[in-house]
Order: sequence, then C-alpha cells, then structure tokens
Amino acid sequence: MKQQIIISGLGGQGALTLTRLLAEAAAALGLDFITSETHGMAQRGGTVISMVKVGPFRGPLIPAGTADVGLFLHRRNLAAHHFYLKPGGVVFINSDIPGDYHNIDASGLALSHGWPPVAANFILLGFAAARKGLFCKVELLAQIISAIMPARFLEMNLSAFRTGVDQAV
Amino acid sequence: MESKLINGDTHRILMGNEAIGRGLVESGCSLAASYPGTPASEILPSVTAFAKEEGLAVHTEWSVNEKVAYEVALANSMAGRRSAVSMKQVGLNVASDPFLRSAYLGVKGGLLVIAADDPGPHSSQTEQDSRFFAMFAKVPVFDPASPQEAKNMVGRALELSEKYELPVMLRPTTRVCHARQNIPLYEPLKLERPARFEKNPPRWCATPQFLRELHRLLNDKIRRIAAASDFFPGLASGDGSFPTTCVVASGVAFAHTWDILDEMGLLGRVDLHQVIMPFPLNRDFIDKIKQRYARVLVLEETYPVIELQLAGGAAVHGRLTSSVPSEGELTPEVIRQVLEQFLELPQKTAPAHPAGGGSRPTLCAGCGHRAAFYAIRETFPEGIFPSDIGCYTLGLNINAVDTAHCMGAGLSQAAGFYHAYAADGGEVPAIVATIGDSTFFHAGIPALLNAVLQKARFILVILDNATTAMTGHQPTPESGLAAGGTPGQPVFIADLVRACGVKFLKECDPYDIPAFQGLLKEADRYCRSPEGAVAVILAKHPCVLNKQVGSEQKVFQVEVTEECIACRHCLDEFECPALFMSEVTGQAAVDPLRCVGCGVCVHVCPTGAITAREE
Repeated sequence: MKQQIIISGLGGQGALTLTRLLAEAAAALGLDFITSETHGMAQRGGTVISMVKVGPFRGPLIPAGTADVGLFLHRRNLAAHHFYLKPGGVVFINSDIPGDYHNIDASGLALSHGWPPVAANFILLGFAAARKGLFCKVELLAQIISAIMPARFLEMNLSAFRTGVDQAV
Repeated sequence: MESKLINGDTHRILMGNEAIGRGLVESGCSLAASYPGTPASEILPSVTAFAKEEGLAVHTEWSVNEKVAYEVALANSMAGRRSAVSMKQVGLNVASDPFLRSAYLGVKGGLLVIAADDPGPHSSQTEQDSRFFAMFAKVPVFDPASPQEAKNMVGRALELSEKYELPVMLRPTTRVCHARQNIPLYEPLKLERPARFEKNPPRWCATPQFLRELHRLLNDKIRRIAAASDFFPGLASGDGSFPTTCVVASGVAFAHTWDILDEMGLLGRVDLHQVIMPFPLNRDFIDKIKQRYARVLVLEETYPVIELQLAGGAAVHGRLTSSVPSEGELTPEVIRQVLEQFLELPQKTAPAHPAGGGSRPTLCAGCGHRAAFYAIRETFPEGIFPSDIGCYTLGLNINAVDTAHCMGAGLSQAAGFYHAYAADGGEVPAIVATIGDSTFFHAGIPALLNAVLQKARFILVILDNATTAMTGHQPTPESGLAAGGTPGQPVFIADLVRACGVKFLKECDPYDIPAFQGLLKEADRYCRSPEGAVAVILAKHPCVLNKQVGSEQKVFQVEVTEECIACRHCLDEFECPALFMSEVTGQAAVDPLRCVGCGVCVHVCPTGAITAREE
C-alpha cells in the first residue's frame, strides 16, 4: 500500500487536524507513514500545505507531480498546489462553485448547520473518504475522530464528518 | 542504554520535535531550557509533557533568550546532570558566546545543544547551517533524517557528551522537526545523580594561560571522536552498476534521496552512504571514499560541511562545484535533478512551482498589531519604521515596517537612524520603532538602555499582546508562568522601561485608533521638545488567537454600507483578511467567516462607509 496525499488550505482552516487524523488511521491499519506540516509565519492566514505519505517512504515531502490525492480546503489554493498531483490524481475541493473535480461546498454546509468555518475540514474529509479516495474507510476515520478529538467538539466534528459522507452519494 | 517497550502504550505518533523531547526524557535529562523559535518551538513543551506523564522531576524553562538558556543548561551539566538547550538556528547566534567557550572548557553531565535549521528558509532570517557552527566551535554534531532518528540520536549524543566531556549538537531541520511518525516509547532512564559541582578554577574560570592547553585537549577529543567507529556512516550498497560512483547524504536530504532513487529504480544499484555525524567526519570513512570512488556526490543542507572534509582525492560534486544549488532547500525536485545530472541519466522535467498563487501571510483579523501599525503610518506618513522579529513583522504588508533584522535590532536601528539624521543637521523624520513584548524581553532591554544613554530621540511602540504569538503562544515573563504552566514571578515591561531611564511612558489599547494617534502625536512633541528623549508607548491588546480573549472582548456586527466608494483604502492600507472587494457589488465587503467583530475598521474608512453595531 502506497498513497501520497496533500492537504492544502489557509492557516487556521484545520489542515493540521486532517493530517493528524490520517496519520492515526495509517497507524491503526499498521501501515508505515510519514507526514509533513507547515508551522510558523505561513500559518498566519497564508497558504499552508501538509503531506501524508502512507507506505515505505523515508522522506516527508511529496515530489511535484506524484501525489495520488489532493484535499483542498480552499479553492484559491488549487493554483498554488495543484502541481503536486500526478496525472490522474484525485482532487477533493471545498468550493461553492461546481467544477471538474470532486467539489463540495463544505464551508456553506458548515455555515448552514451553524458550525464554525473550521468544521469544513471534517466535511471535506468525510466526503473524500466516502468517495473512496483515501487509503482508509469511513468507519475507521469516524472511530479515530471519536478517539482523539476533544469531547466538547466531538459531536460537531462527527456531525460534520457525516455530513460530508452523506454528500458523497 | 538498556530499555524496553512500555507495555500497553508502546507507540505514539510524534512530530520530530516531540520525538526529541521524548528522547530527552527517556535519556535521563534533568533540565531543558529554550527560547521559542520556528522550527524548534515544540521541543521544550514535549519535555515538559513527557516528564509530567512519567512523573519525573525535570526542570524546564522558557528562558528570556537563547544565551541565558544555554548558560542555565550548562551549569546543570557542570553539576553533573544531563541537560539540554534547544533553539532555532539564529538562536545559536545569540548563544554563540557561551557555546564556543563551552567547547574549550567542556561539560560534566551530558549537554545536548539542539539547533534546528530552516533550509529554504521558511520562517527565519537566514538559512545558515548550524553544522558549520559546530565545526567552527569544534563540537560534534548529529544530523537526523527523520523524527525516529532524531530521537535515537538524543541518547547517543548525551552519552558521547559525557564520555568526552564535550557539548554535543543535534541539528534537525524544519522537515524533520515538523514531520510525524509512529515512534516507539521506551522507559525513561533513571539516573541517580545528585547535583555535585566540583570546583576547578583553572577549568571553569580558565584564564588565557590555561586556554592553550584546553584547546589542545579539545583538538584531541575531536581527533579521537573522528577515529571512533561508533559513528561510521551507514551504507546502502549498490550492485556494481555504478562501480566507482557513490552518493553521500545526510539529514533529510538522505531520506529524500532514498525515496527518489527508489522511484527511479536505482535504490540498491548505486552506493548510498548516510552520514549521521557530519562533524567530525569519520577519518576511515574519508579515506575509504577517497580510495574507493572516482566520483562522489554530496547532498547535505545547507552548507558544504561534509563536502569540505572530503576535499582532495575523488572528484567531489556538491555545492562547491555548483553540482548542487548553493542556496535553498534540497527538495525532492532539486535532488532528483541533481541525481539525474550526476548519474548521467535523461532529465525528467518535474512540474514547476507556479509563480504566484496562494496567499501571503498577514496579521489575523482582529489583531491589535494591525490597529497599531495603521495608526503609526497614518500619523507619520513620512516616518521611518524600524521593527523586529515576530508576527508583527507582517506590518510590512501595510508599509508600517521598514526594517526587520534580528531580535532586538529595530530598537537600536531607531537610535542609529536618529543619530544619522541628527548629525546630518537636516530635519529628523519621525522615527517609530516597534517591538513585540517577548522580543523586548529577549533583546530589547540593553538596546533601550543604550538608546536612552546615548540621547537618541524616537518613539518606541511596544506591541504587547501578552504572549509569544508567532511560535505558538509561549508565556512571556510578564505572565509569570513557568514552562509547565505553574506560577512564577511576573516581571513587568513598564517597570523595565522606567528602569532603563525612560521618562515618557504611556499605555493605550490600539483598537482605539483616535486615542492611539493622539498619543503618538504627544510622543512626537516630547521627542522634539528641549528635554526630549526616547518616548515609549505600550500598545496593549491581547492576541485574538487566545481563545479566552476572543470570548471576552466586545463583538461588533460590521457592515459596509452603500457609501463605499471602492477606494480600496481599507484593503490596501489596513489589509484585514476579513475585508474583500465584492465581485457582485464592486464595493468592499465583510467576510462573515473571517471577521471577528473587532470594529477597528470603522476608524479606517475615509467615507465612513463601514459601520459597527454592538451585538
């Protein structure tokens, strides 16, 4: 099993949370993995990217043109980070505009449920998992969310995740 | 070191920095000191957390700067106990004085110096190579390729440090610090080591007469370490396809090289050596490389440390021969291209990084710094604005930051600009220096004292958001909180400012832009009055990323009315990420997802088109 995933967003959109959930999922499946994150100055509302490499990799970075999956938390980031995807790589994108990729208006859905904007990341994750874009299944991710997210956000996070799953049909 | 897996909780997903912190706790480290800085900031909290989890008494502290941190850790080592000091690479510049001397004088308990480098750089003023600094200091340095390796090296480095009574450096880079892996946990080593400082004035107070001998001893230690077989580089052997060619790599460049050779189908076909201790480079390894190979490629970040030690003999390709770019991060794309050239393979073109795209970092919506910067620039359109290192460096986006050099420099640069203009005899422009609260404690105090002493005249705005925001909200001395969150003794900025001899000291919440502008004008009049000197304004507004602050401050419903004339003043001169130009109305608009309702932009609109209603 080898899968390389990029998670692209703006600082504060919760890219790091998705990275951690996918890492936990890989660990639960007994798969090798290494991840890479953005910290520091760029987190201040700038464009950030995380990478998850599942399989026998050693380096934390995904070379340009080789990512299997892209999770884009903001459509603006497509221009900046699409080049990481390999030809035929699968893109899931939080966008209120329909398009050629797996588009979902996760921010709009979060707003309509009265959740804070950051909940869009769980919606996008549920959507991508249910569309079978990820190395791990919906149920495993739901279990991991339940296991590691703080209790006070758990219900909202799970609901957001399920909302994304429901949209995948 | 004998260890066993802890039953039931054998692994943990850890970031490189957390793995290093875990390694320190597992290796019996009894004191860790640090000053926050990306990419090293998460090491100390990890030590604190794991020590607590294991019920171990480890003193951890956020020192006011890296030099202080170094000296605190050094003394713990002189008392026979294992110690660590962690910092970002430029922090080592600050700590260089005690660092270089401690190589000569040595240590007792193991002392690990963790200097995290930032090739690229991503969040730093330089992309300097701390391994070069280690070579300069004559201190051994380890170069991990992954979080797992970094953790393993901690224990080995502390043992080496004790064996040779020498500080040892661990040099992770951003990509190791911020990578995560599944890391096995081991039981912490329990060292029964009561603090025992043995007096030895010729060593601990070494005057010049003793230093020549201490230097000889240091040289001898380094020679012996270079001859020891413990740190001989690893080798993934080739199959003879490239019989007289090899690749030598260290740090994360080795990990990337491994993956790329794998992708190219060349793993196991060309000899790939991994250097784990770039200085001193193992003597037998140097001889072997020179004898065995005709062509050698060296991949290391960021300066040619291994390459310089391999000079002579085989044809060494690296940064010195321009086979490897002389600056910038060795990303997989760069390494691939270098490998293809070196191995004389057809060049595969990688998709290029698009120019532009993405958003530049900016101060958060509701950030008090933005209000302060806006007021400063509006008050003094012709002013000079030296600034400093922190979130507030982003004030450069709205032209309220003219210099950002190194910690504390803005304050002294303000004094220097004053002397330049004053001596020139012409009109002295308004000079407004800005510095964050944590930076002020770090390096601002001597600079302020000196400016007052030298009769400089400028306005200093201390941007006090009650935290070290950029690096993840470490406490400042004013909060009085220790690294573990326990209460300490608070030290107040206002007291320090007065103690530096400042006579003009005012305080204001910069959210109130008209009041803040009034204070700035008053400060300017004071600077230019006969008895004028440095004027200090404390701009106090807590960081909005602090959840408690977010919930406590007034929230306004902000709207842009029909009066908006689309002049872009609020977008270009204030740059709040919650304001944008609506494609629908052609006017400015508020993004409700990003607006925190601070209401400051009401003061910014020239036509009064932004309104704020208290919720």
